This record gives sequence, structure tokens and C-alpha cells, in this order.
Amino acid sequence: MAKSELELSWKDLEVGCVVSEPGNASQYRTGDWRSVRPVWDTEKCIQCGVCYIFCPDMAIKKTEDGYFEADLYYCKGCGICAQECITGCITMVEEEE
Amino acid sequence: MERFNVYASRLITKKEYFSPGHRACQGCAEALAVRLVAKALGQNVIVSSATGCMEIVSSPLPFTNWRVPWIHVAFENTSAVASGVEGGTKALIRKGKLPDKGTVFLGMGGDGATTDIGLQSLSGAFERGHNFLYVCYDNEAYMNTGIQRSSSTPFGAATTTSPAGKLKPGQVTWKKNMGEIAVAHNIPYVATACSSYPFDLIEKVKKAARIHGPAYIHILSVCPTGWRVPPNKAIWIGRLAVETGVFPLYEVENGKYRITVDVPELKPVLDYLKPQGRFRHLTPELVDQIQERVTREYNQLKAKATL
Amino acid sequence: MGERVGIEVSLAAAEAVKMANVDVVAAYPITPQTHIVEHLSELVADGELDAEFIPVESEHSAMSVCCGSSAVGARTFTCTSSQGLALMNEIVFIAPAMRLPIVMILANRSLSGPLSIWNDHTDVMSVRDCGWIQFFTENGQEAFDHVMFSFRVAEDPAVSLPIMMNMDGFVLTHVIEPIEFWDQETVKQYLPDFEPVNRLHPDNPVTMGAFGLLGIFTEAKMAQDQALLNSKAVILEAWKDMGDLVGRYYKPVETYHVEGAETVFLSMGSVGETVSLAVDQLRAQGKPVGQVKLRLWRPFPFEEFREAVRGVKQMIVIDRAITYGGVGGPVASEIRSFLYLEENMPTITNFLCGLAGRDVTVEDYMAMFEKTEQMVKGKVRQEDYIIYGVRE
Repeated sequence: MAKSELELSWKDLEVGCVVSEPGNASQYRTGDWRSVRPVWDTEKCIQCGVCYIFCPDMAIKKTEDGYFEADLYYCKGCGICAQECITGCITMVEEEE
Repeated sequence: MERFNVYASRLITKKEYFSPGHRACQGCAEALAVRLVAKALGQNVIVSSATGCMEIVSSPLPFTNWRVPWIHVAFENTSAVASGVEGGTKALIRKGKLPDKGTVFLGMGGDGATTDIGLQSLSGAFERGHNFLYVCYDNEAYMNTGIQRSSSTPFGAATTTSPAGKLKPGQVTWKKNMGEIAVAHNIPYVATACSSYPFDLIEKVKKAARIHGPAYIHILSVCPTGWRVPPNKAIWIGRLAVETGVFPLYEVENGKYRITVDVPELKPVLDYLKPQGRFRHLTPELVDQIQERVTREYNQLKAKATL
Repeated sequence: MGERVGIEVSLAAAEAVKMANVDVVAAYPITPQTHIVEHLSELVADGELDAEFIPVESEHSAMSVCCGSSAVGARTFTCTSSQGLALMNEIVFIAPAMRLPIVMILANRSLSGPLSIWNDHTDVMSVRDCGWIQFFTENGQEAFDHVMFSFRVAEDPAVSLPIMMNMDGFVLTHVIEPIEFWDQETVKQYLPDFEPVNRLHPDNPVTMGAFGLLGIFTEAKMAQDQALLNSKAVILEAWKDMGDLVGRYYKPVETYHVEGAETVFLSMGSVGETVSLAVDQLRAQGKPVGQVKLRLWRPFPFEEFREAVRGVKQMIVIDRAITYGGVGGPVASEIRSFLYLEENMPTITNFLCGLAGRDVTVEDYMAMFEKTEQMVKGKVRQEDYIIYGVRE
């Protein structure tokens, strides 16, 4: 887990401020941003993958049964998946608390 | 939805070369476009990026969302940096210092970075014939700095530097046609794309990557924040841009035009303009002006495509 | 040893770049740098130099192309002057922050306006703070030798910084001088292949040019400053090794007749040779005069400079650039600032001369010496700077 910038001393920086750990920003929890989250009705889901392809945050993953679910670590709750779903099986529900 | 097999999504690679955890707004269709381009190109690519939304959301030191080699230098010089990446690699391969892996050289920038401040370096790179692909992510304004107008902002759109006021109806000039500018440079491949049509976009990127010489793809990237649409409508609005003829999807291979997503009967532009807050001040007269222009330009494009 | 040739210095510099086996040359024409780039393009066209010659559409793109090619590990070269440097200014500050070892020859020329193609130091002085290693050459032999030096120092993994080699435009670039070329074997011994510290390559994906939030920017700048300061050791070793190979030893501060000198001229670049003649004449008159030639500008050679001016009572600083409304020419203001903390700081007079190629003769330097003597004797408060020779 890379340190945040406030914890780095000048000596910790790589030469030229290069970042050599690919994709290390994936530790950032964008899931904290959302106020609604998508829920799939697997009765209606046809497993087409349209929701998966349209997610700007790569926050939709396949379940073991081949259906889809939100990766709550990243999901920002934008609702594109619910809007684009062909069968309308995705509902955006309020986050409690 | 495109007239593709509904299950086409399953044919696209599951790997993500642009990692999650980026800081783009909710519903950012530009981030989606970047994701799709990254999927189309895979690992064997070197990306040169301009300053802009996609650069800022993906590279806050000491973090990066990039799983492929990526360099950002400044705002207007993406094409020059990409020229150096391509030229340097070419020299090293020729002199036997690096093996030839057929790496794709990608330059990416927003509309401001491409059609305004970066036009010179792009034109230079086209003229010199570098073997690179330039992708313009067009969200139709300088979004990263707070929604200021660019030469890609469409007529009538309200931005902070082209606001709709008592005297002015938003942007008073018409969108610069970057596709035509690229075609005028006689480069082998030019295309337009939109993240609402992911498979069309991916096919075009893969085709462009195989071209030897400069290639240019202009991607309409819906920005819910700047266009004032709800985030969940980003894909829907992009689709309307194509279905109304405002942003036709076509490609030009060695001067030969082909419309890749055919729209036999264009929807009225009002369908596209009405849901967007940036157009809410438009009078019927202004909408008519826009409609006239869109229809005329679409017919011109169709005529070129049937030559 | 290589052959000794009478050759225009620009062409010799280009030949040196060829011998260094550069991979990429990206440049835009501007007087008086053009002869260097033209000759390089001829060498590429004839197959004598295997490099990508990228004729860019502006200097801003020249430096940008250099950033891209250096980032993939290609040995990279460019040159410019004056307005070209001003145009690429944005990227000139970025390259050292990204630690890209680009070599640039700056054919010193005056900055507009009014437009002038002639030689002075306003261009290099406008980028004092850019973070490049910066040094000056005085004659053709130095110019040739220092091309090899530049690649060696810049690309050293302990340094990895871009380097700016200054040659006075026209005055040095366009003159024909006898220059001893190195042979290729000597170049091979002196200059290793370029192995970049970081390289853009799909096998090992890195991100270059991430943006800096307020929490990290200061640390990034500290790291960059330390890198420039630490390059001094590599610079000194590169000069020593060069001396061992070709017999010419260069130093950060060169001195001429400073033994027992009470008054010392400070010069940079090609005027040094004329100043030396003035020193000779003044010494012949029995005046205890000497000369200090500042070769290394960044990182500033603190120890060597302090040593060179020990015991000096008056310093005449020649500036070839103007700082409007400020405390003196750029060089004088730095020297005054450095010496402020020393014991027995000498009096410093500052003459701005030779602007846009105006000739400064031996007699002029002797007049500057007279003026200094008067000011010191008369205990007249020195003016911060004097624009020498302006017609009233």
C-alpha cells in the first residue's frame, strides 16, 4: 500500500518524480463518493455485460453465477448501468446511514 | 443500443489498463472513453498525455492509474512529445539498442489541448508523418479548469467564458471541425467516435493502431458536469448526439469517407439540446439555426461517403 | 590523438555531436545556431550519423520532442538561441524536474526587443532558475571538447539532468579556429552508452510527469535542487578524466594572473580572451590586475570561486545582460550575494557591456579599470550597475 503524498520525505521520491508502481492509484476508495448504489435483479438479468462495458469506473464485476454486481470499493453511484441496462434489471437504491 | 449482438461486451478483454480508483466525476463518459481505448490497445503502448481532466484524475503524485507507460509534459505539446517517443524508439530500434515490438505510440489530449493550444504541434506531427495515433477526448470545453469555452464548444453552448447573457447567446462561433483538419493533412486514417458506441470505438482504435503513419480519432466525450445533464444520462446523451446528426460517426481511410453508424432518419436536434442545461437558454430561432447547419453538414458528409 | 583542423566552430560542434553517436536531433532554425543544425542534417542525410533528425515546427516542440525521446532512452540533442529559448521556456523548466538528460547548445544571442540577432547573454540569463546544468565555453576547442563532456555528465545515472552548453553566437559559432578533434576510440573511452535511470517501455510501465499537490511539491523541488548540487562531483570527475585523455584540464573557475592581484575582472564566455589582453597590458603597467573566468554557472562553484578571489580588493564584474530596474547585472548580483557572507568582501563594480554584439575592446576594459580606480579612490558610492559606452 503506497503512502499518501503527505507521508513522503523528499528522499522517498523516485528520480524525476516518476511513479514506477503501475496502477497504484487503485487503492483510492472512490466508493466513498456515492449516495446511491446499483442493485441487480438476477431474475431479469440476461448477463449481457452492457452494464460492465459502460461503467466509467471499472466498478462492475461478474459474480460466480455469471451475473453482475457493483464493486462497492469503487462504485461512485453514477447510475449509468441502471440507465443503460437492456432489461431494466438494475435499480439505484439509497445508501443507508 | 447499437445493432450489434447484445452480448458483444463479452468479447472485449476483461483486463483494465486504466485502473479503477481514478478521480473523474460520476458518470464521466470521457473516463469511459479512455478505458475503452486502453482496452483496445492493450499493454504494448506508450501514452503521451496533455494536461487536462484525464491527466489530473489519473496521476496525482505519488499515484497513477496507468498500467501502461505514460508521460505527461505540458498542455500543448502532446503531439511533439509523442513524436519524440516515436522518433527516439525508432532510432534505438534501428541502431540495435531495442528490439522491435511494434509498440503503438498514443498521444491523447482534450479538445482544448488539441484544437486550440495543441493544434500547432499536432499539425507538425501529422506533416512529419510520425507513426502515432492521436486521440482527442472532446468534452467541448476546458472542463478541468472549470468549464471555459474552447474552439470545440458548439454554437449556443453556455460556458463560463461564453455565458448566455442579455447580449450573447452563449458560444457565438461554430465548432471547429477537427476531423476535416486532420483529413486535410492527408494522413492515412481519421475517424470520429463516441463512448456511447463502445464497439465502434474499439474497432476504430484497433484499426488506427495498425495503420503505419499518423492516425487521428476524435471522440465525443459527454461531460455531465459541464453539459449539465444527470450523470446517469451520459451514455444516453452521447447516443442522441449521433442520432440527431450533431456528431456523426465516420472514418476516412486515405481520403475515402465511410459513415460507420448509419442513421437513416435523423432525430430533431432539439431532442439532443433540450436535456442539457448548457443549452437551456436557446430560443427557437437559435435551435433552427443549429438544425439547419447540422442537416446541411450531415448531407455534405453523406455526399462524401457515397463518392 | 585526433587530427587538428581549421574549421568553423559550429561545424566542429556538430561533428562532435556526430562522434557522440546521438540518437535524436530535434531542432528549429534560428540565427546564429543554424550552422550547427544544418551540418547535423547533412551528416544524417549522407548516412554519416545514424540519428532521427526531427525538423520540428517550433522551438517549443523541439524541447518537447527532446523530452519524449530522452524519456525512451535515446541520446538526445538540440540547440537554439534567444527567442527560441524564450519560446521553449515552459518546457525548459520541466525537463530537469523530470530528470531528462537532454544536451542543448545555446548559441547566445540577445533577447528581443528590439529584434537583434547578435551576441550577448540575455538569453541564458533569462533561465538562470531553470534547473539545468549550465556552463560556458570560450573558444572552439572548448566547444568541441564540451560536447562530449555534456553527454557524459547529463546522462550519468547519478546526475540525469539536462545540460546547457553556452557558446557566444557569431563571435564563437561563426569563426574558424584550429581545433584538435578526438579520435573515435577516445570518445568511446570517455563516453559510455546511455542507460537511462527511467525508461518508457511497455515491459516496465512507469508514469512520468504526475502532478504535484501542495503536500508534495516542496519535497519534489528539494530533491531536484539536491540533484543539481550533487552533479558537481560528476562534473569535476568528467573534467579530470577528459584532461587525462586529451591533455586539456578544465575547471569550474579559471584564473589568469590572480597571484598578488588586488583588482580582478570577472568574465564569462568569449570576452574572456579580450579581457586577458587588457590584463596583460595593465600588468605591463605595473598594476596588480588579474582575471577570473567563470566557466561553471550552475551549480554555482562556491568553493572554487571563494578560493579564486581570496585577498582581492576590487572586482570588476562584466555583465552581458541587463536587468531592468534591479540591483545590477545578473552575474554581479549573484557575486555580490555570494560574497556578502564572506569576510573582507571586495568592492564590486558592475559594467553591462557588449549588448547585442557591440564590440568591447581592450581599451574599453582598461577604461573600466580606470573608472573603478576613481570610484574606489574617491570613495564614491558605486552605482549598482553602469551600462558601459552608451551614447548620451
